[in-house]
Amino acid sequence: MTDRRRHHDMGGVPEADPIPQEGHTSEPWEKRVDAIKALLSDNKRKLLTTDEMRRGIEDLGADAYERYSYYERWIASVTNNMLEKKVFTVDELGRKMAEIEARQDNKPL
Amino acid sequence: MSARYKEGDSVRVRTAYPPGHCRTPFYCRGKSGVVVRHCGEFRNPEELAYGAYEGPLTPMYRVRFEQKDLWPDYDGSARDKCEIEIYEHWLVPAEGADHA
Repeated sequence: MTDRRRHHDMGGVPEADPIPQEGHTSEPWEKRVDAIKALLSDNKRKLLTTDEMRRGIEDLGADAYERYSYYERWIASVTNNMLEKKVFTVDELGRKMAEIEARQDNKPL
Repeated sequence: MSARYKEGDSVRVRTAYPPGHCRTPFYCRGKSGVVVRHCGEFRNPEELAYGAYEGPLTPMYRVRFEQKDLWPDYDGSARDKCEIEIYEHWLVPAEGADHA
């Protein structure tokens, strides 16, 4: 029966880690991911529902789901959803990421 | 869409394993509980998740389960409950067949 359980749906699974109860702070990039999600979902844009976000996270697969942090899962799902909706192309995204990486590399320390 | 169930009705969660996104936890599938509230009508998350924003509204209920019914090895109090919000298409009458 367990093969019918999708990986993310782990409530009550014995090997799942306990839920951390203490609070935590967010990195600036994590807050930015949160803001991107909120803006894409607002009434002006309506490009992403919470359900589409969740579907995208669940569809990352068990390996990525375990390897990625919470907001890494978020941005991966946002990215895939925007590619599916043709908001940008793989090529545009790749070029933009390379441009930003180059900008970071050239920054004086 | 009119609500099929009301407070106090005994219901069972369908023993179903659709391959895509859904909000019904695995651990309550096939388990029986009691409707404690009709929460309102909402768009179906299983459709919203795939970009269908304009689907019909579907009733959602808060269903109360006995913890000992959800977990075979539950060792807490026999009176402990767990309440889960479940969409109508996942529920059948407690005594009915899964695909009524």
